[in-house]
Amino acid sequence: MFDRLRVPATVVAALLALVGLWELYHWVWTTTGWTWPFVVNDTSMPHVWTIIKAFGQPAQVNQPSLIVVLLHKTAFTAKEAAAGFGVGAVIGFVLAVLLVHSRLLQRGFLPYIVASQTVPILAIAPMVVVWVNPKLPGPLQGWGAVAVIATYLTFFPVAINTLRGLQAADPRALELMRTYAASRRAVLWKLRVPSSLPYLFSALRLSATVSVVGAIIGELPTGLQNGLGGAIFNFNQYYSIEPQELWATNVIAALLGIAFFVLVVLAEKAVVQRSPEYVA
Amino acid sequence: MSSAAAIPAVVRLEHVTKTFPRGNVTALQDIDLELAPGEFVSLIGPSGCGKSTLLRVIGDLVEPSGGVISVNGKSARQAREDGDYGIVFQEAVLFDWRTVARNIALPLEMLGWDRDRRRARVREMLELVELSGFGDHHPWQLSGGMQQRVAIARALAFEPALLLMDEPFGALDEMTRERLNLELLSIWEKTGNTVVFVTHSISEAVFLSTRVVVMSPRPGRVAGIVEIDLPTPRTAETRDSPMFFALVTRVRELLRSRGEHLLPEEEELLEADR
Repeated sequence: MFDRLRVPATVVAALLALVGLWELYHWVWTTTGWTWPFVVNDTSMPHVWTIIKAFGQPAQVNQPSLIVVLLHKTAFTAKEAAAGFGVGAVIGFVLAVLLVHSRLLQRGFLPYIVASQTVPILAIAPMVVVWVNPKLPGPLQGWGAVAVIATYLTFFPVAINTLRGLQAADPRALELMRTYAASRRAVLWKLRVPSSLPYLFSALRLSATVSVVGAIIGELPTGLQNGLGGAIFNFNQYYSIEPQELWATNVIAALLGIAFFVLVVLAEKAVVQRSPEYVA
Repeated sequence: MSSAAAIPAVVRLEHVTKTFPRGNVTALQDIDLELAPGEFVSLIGPSGCGKSTLLRVIGDLVEPSGGVISVNGKSARQAREDGDYGIVFQEAVLFDWRTVARNIALPLEMLGWDRDRRRARVREMLELVELSGFGDHHPWQLSGGMQQRVAIARALAFEPALLLMDEPFGALDEMTRERLNLELLSIWEKTGNTVVFVTHSISEAVFLSTRVVVMSPRPGRVAGIVEIDLPTPRTAETRDSPMFFALVTRVRELLRSRGEHLLPEEEELLEADR
């Protein structure tokens, strides 16, 4: 009974502590007048209750309340991120499988895969939009290009970690498979893939949050207004007047990332069968 | 080696040599050996005598540098591809993500057996190694000795003629080891496999085998072969019989006769086994 309550209780306690620290910092810095490292006032650090109140009020006249608007935008960004995450995970996995079977491919391709991630996403996002968007069928127009950007960020950790996992198969187990004269395919599916799962899932946990960030960043150069990226861009411009709206959006964006992460953790618990003391 | 012409040998080695180019080590030099069906042959010797290499050569896991090997009248490679042998390593090498039953079924899946046939065989094998009721457990829930029994069940599941065992009980404590020795003998009596058993324990080799092949190191070669004519079935009391002690002494003397090749720590190993 108490065990089942422990995790939620910890989460609530951590949240309350965070709110408490935020308000304490706000109070100490405003009463003492300290200005290091930045000036604290209701613009730089709006009160928690101001942010919470902002959810219930419309951001613009004749609009529904901010929370309703943000939830719609969240659904849109979640769609982009989920598509990018799914496609990126598949691409990363397939790449890892190809690379583990060919030393030549590994030597030839791996440096480029690594190099692909050194290019800042903001620099190539506009090109992705210009190149990809016209090729997309109607229903994918716009958000599809953003999903491609999320894919670009997602596939990398999956490819690298899965490759490591596939290579981490126990050499004695590989020898055992050799005594069965097992085909490459049998070795892959019965040994390499199952033993790579903890590596795959640690990459997926990382990629889950990265795909959300990728989707939000991808929305900026595309000028899409339907998602959280567009909202962040807008509220940024009004920050000096109404900071609570940007903060509210940030909270929602963080919750979306956490939701993605938790979904992957739940999937991992359902799939991976390991001894309790096993740590990847 | 009685009437090898009449009964075809399960394993035949002629002038088998293995050198490792790195360090120019001669692991095996000119090994001749023949195993009749149903024999239980132990390979014993200090570390570096090539006993594990010899086992791997028979299993086509290591390519010999010279000589001829035949297993079931075929090349070692063909025999491996035909599933003519099962193998047990020092570690159980069970797949954590599979239950005990599915670990035993692994080689059967490889052979394309259907589900019902696999299930029936797994049940038989669990009975054979006395682990009925543990089929749904995961390997990490079992003790080391139980894990090794699962490995034996897996190795015998597809009824190979030959069972290769590379120090299978080397990582277990003495009590478990002696119990598993008895269990292995009763399994062997039921299945009639030909067994090649690598060990560095003299008493284990004598207790289990019909023949003990004593090897010596640098270069690895056969120092002598001791026929073990202890009465069967062997029991815990066999270890206390004068005949058992005589055979242990005989094997130890053979190991010592090449004493000038032993390193100090290998001497200690032999002493400890006394």
